[in-house]
Amino acid sequence: MDTKPVNQRAWLMVAPVLVIVAFSALIPLMTVVNYSVQDIFGPGEAYWVGVEWFQEVLRDRRLHDALFRQFLFSGLVLLIEIPLGVAIALAMPRSGWKVSLVLIVLALPLLIPWNVIGTIWIIFTRPDIGLFGVAINAAGLTFDHTARPLDAWVTLMLMEVWHWTPLVALLAYAGLKAIPPAYYQAARIDGAGPWSVFWYIQLPKMRGVLTIAVLLRFMDSFLIYAEPFVLTGGGPGNTTTFLSIYLVKMALGQFDLGPAAAFSIIYFLIVLLFSWVFYQALQNVGRADRAGGGPQG
Amino acid sequence: MARITLDGIAHSYLPRPRGPGDFALKPLDHVWRDGGAYALLGPSGCGKTTLLNIISGLIAPSRGRVWFGERDVTDLPTEQRNIAQVFQFPVIYDTMTVYDNLAFPLRNRGASDAELDARVREVARVLDLTGSLGRRARRLSADAKQKISLGRGLVRPDVNAILFDEPLTVIDPQLKWELRAQLKHLHKQFDFTMIYVTHDQTEALTFADAVVVMVDGEVVQMGTPEELFERPTHTFVGFFIGSPGMNILPCTVTGATAQVGAHAIPLPCRYPTLGADAGRVELGIRPEFVHLTDLPDGYPVVVRGVDDVGRHKVVKVTFAGQDLNLTAPEETVVPAVGARLSFETARLNIYRDGQLIAGTPIEREAA
Amino acid sequence: MAVVLEQVSRVVGRESHLAQVSLELAPGSLTVLLGPTLAGKTSLLRVLAGLDRPTMGRLLVDGRDVTGVPVQRRSVAMVYQQFINYPNLTVFENIASPLRAQRVAGPELERRVREAAALLKLEPMLARLPQELSGGQQQRTAIARAIVKGADLLLLDEPLANLDYKLREELRTELPRLFAESGATLVYATTEPTEALLLGGSCATLTEGRVTQFGPTVEVYRRPNSVETAQIFSDPPINLVPVDKVGAALLLPDGGRVPLADGVAGLRDGPYRLGVRPNHLALVRPNQCAVAIIGTVAVAELTGSESFIHLDYGPARWVVHAAGIHKPTLDEPVAVWLDPARLYLFAPDGALAGAGAAIGLGAA
Repeated sequence: MDTKPVNQRAWLMVAPVLVIVAFSALIPLMTVVNYSVQDIFGPGEAYWVGVEWFQEVLRDRRLHDALFRQFLFSGLVLLIEIPLGVAIALAMPRSGWKVSLVLIVLALPLLIPWNVIGTIWIIFTRPDIGLFGVAINAAGLTFDHTARPLDAWVTLMLMEVWHWTPLVALLAYAGLKAIPPAYYQAARIDGAGPWSVFWYIQLPKMRGVLTIAVLLRFMDSFLIYAEPFVLTGGGPGNTTTFLSIYLVKMALGQFDLGPAAAFSIIYFLIVLLFSWVFYQALQNVGRADRAGGGPQG
Repeated sequence: MARITLDGIAHSYLPRPRGPGDFALKPLDHVWRDGGAYALLGPSGCGKTTLLNIISGLIAPSRGRVWFGERDVTDLPTEQRNIAQVFQFPVIYDTMTVYDNLAFPLRNRGASDAELDARVREVARVLDLTGSLGRRARRLSADAKQKISLGRGLVRPDVNAILFDEPLTVIDPQLKWELRAQLKHLHKQFDFTMIYVTHDQTEALTFADAVVVMVDGEVVQMGTPEELFERPTHTFVGFFIGSPGMNILPCTVTGATAQVGAHAIPLPCRYPTLGADAGRVELGIRPEFVHLTDLPDGYPVVVRGVDDVGRHKVVKVTFAGQDLNLTAPEETVVPAVGARLSFETARLNIYRDGQLIAGTPIEREAA
Repeated sequence: MAVVLEQVSRVVGRESHLAQVSLELAPGSLTVLLGPTLAGKTSLLRVLAGLDRPTMGRLLVDGRDVTGVPVQRRSVAMVYQQFINYPNLTVFENIASPLRAQRVAGPELERRVREAAALLKLEPMLARLPQELSGGQQQRTAIARAIVKGADLLLLDEPLANLDYKLREELRTELPRLFAESGATLVYATTEPTEALLLGGSCATLTEGRVTQFGPTVEVYRRPNSVETAQIFSDPPINLVPVDKVGAALLLPDGGRVPLADGVAGLRDGPYRLGVRPNHLALVRPNQCAVAIIGTVAVAELTGSESFIHLDYGPARWVVHAAGIHKPTLDEPVAVWLDPARLYLFAPDGALAGAGAAIGLGAA
């Protein structure tokens, strides 16, 4: 049932936020749109080019490669982090002093600034002084994320998973905690095994929080910049050049503002489209309708 | 199916209980007859749900043993006790259809498809759920969901007992009647042992062959609805059962007469003299057994108010300076002044410190 | 304050939550909204509070249109089914909170909090936190907070639904007095007919977002204007059976005849629905006019002082609510007695056509 109050004053209260959003998001976005349809040589020297930049960008092979890498990366992130996060949440204690301890440990990676993360991992994986690098080389394996594309990817994935799985775990944990104990008791009485409990009770009840987790992780990983920039700078070669890194190279490195703007808009639309697709998919999974009555009208 | 025996059961939620006050459930021995319909009735926090969860195995008792028939099940987990439980709020598996919900306990126990199908359809039939079998359970109303919860118990051929934990809490009054009648009917049909926890006296009394009244972790009386109504052994039972509850009037007793204020009330039994020094002596009489009368020998009372409950009226009066309720038929015109009342002598009970005292019945000439 | 709802409807998405509700609440009156879950009681309360805006229709307070006025600018207090208190404030501070918001302080605040606490028998609990209270005490605190606010309109949404039966009984008898003392205009939603009767005042019966009848509570109970109202306002459910009226008698589907007295006998012949309240059926013949109805005993519920006999009568399930203990044999036929002076007749469209003389209503 609709619970939104009718309150005109509320608009007044949110007005400052709207103004800030307008300045911080809408106006720059308009600027980007402006750039994307013109060729600008300098102040006062702009020419209308229509969709030319868009056509150029869409034909750009390097962009296709970056887009493919980006999907691969985000796909791997979701495939690893969501199940892993849920698994951690399931393994977490439900009560007692251990809860606080586990929560603090889990939250630690989330508190570290993004660019610092990259630096930490550079040192951690260095073959000469890094704990991980030295250990893995001592084990007889060659490992060098600056030279070997696979190693670079492995390092990035490790870093990403280490950094963000706790967020998924915390969200999933909140979802699990909200399940009334009667459900578990009923399942025990019905003779359900742990797998059935997970599949028929815990997973359906976590739908809401997992939707949020998937959206957050998708958007965030799809827009990833700071970590690969610090760790690999997009290399070796272009093997970790993701969309945002390519975009920055294009816009700042080559100063191709027009194509970069067109690219930005396409980028934005892709994120929007996929977020919507994920949201719809997760809302409708195993659910025929959304109208079912609440506990009380 | 089996008899359930509680042998010295007690429970405390504290790891090291110090005194009786630390026990949510005080030591209790009880036998639940095979195929009986029992109700555990009491206010919130009286220990009734704790007791239920001990029987189902969701709680391990601090002390005592639980027997199902000849088998000690105290250390057996819930899933091995062959009990079914219906909870306060309907528990259904959201993503499954009604059919799959009902089939779930059988699938978990590896039943064959043919057997499973037959059982599910049979249970759906007795619960009037046949038409909804293909629907998703989460789209149904609260009463249908609660029927599914019950159905998941009925569907199992091996069930020893079905336990109910305030199952009608979220059901509308009109539907409560239907569900209760259906439950009662099912009990006759399937002959399961049923234990029903509730704070609602109507549910307890109408459901059960024997009602166990609990307060503060202790059983204060167990009996048939009639016994609880007519001869409550404790003033708490008198108050808790009946709507309004029993009138409890402080008095003194001499022989077969109770003195309430200035009024001498003849009693059906002769008692040892209970004077002012005998502790708390009280006269108990149900509002149903107090009547307004036109006879001049009625006790004069002041009418404080009348509640029209539809099927009858509850008249609130002051008698000898104390509040007293009585029920009167629907059409009764209650006089504003000069009302008098009479007691049904045979229904008068005497309590001392809350406990019913037995007197020696006397033959009385017709009054 | 006087509150008037004029043809208020509320549609959310494709669902109609309220359909053309018109009510007039006199200042200081008590109105009970009675109806099953999802009948629209909560929707109506939310519109009254100003939490929701009606899709159509107007809401007038003391003659002034307040339809779009937000809840903050209305003098409204609300009590919910869930016990809602500030968990970190004592009972005293909980009750004081609306006064502090109104900048009441010092002895005045102290006095008003203690008054409200006394009214609700909370004086010994004032220093405690809500979690240290029983459910009944928590709900009393919530009610005290609503009352102390001194709002002109006090809305209660099934406030006793989460309480123990016995506590509910106790509060039910206390509430009317309390409400009278508060002086506010009260609206009280409940699913329970007994609760509505005990509260008294006026009653609006609701189903599917519609008000089926509005009037003094006892009158709505005794003279329901339709089958719908009778069904909403009957616990156990009212017994119904289709009948044919021929002259001064009703023909029952099993061939039985119910002779009719003057008032109802004058109705036009034709099909009707006969309605009898469960407590108006008897297991022993009450008088010479009574007609025996033979049904099959399906279930017998005995409370120790009363019996509820469920019987299958044709395709219908009837309930007899009789005083005393009766133990009929299950699946055996049983005679129950219908007193023609206590029956209702509903026209095919559901409207009340007439009722027996003892119900105090001749032909409608």
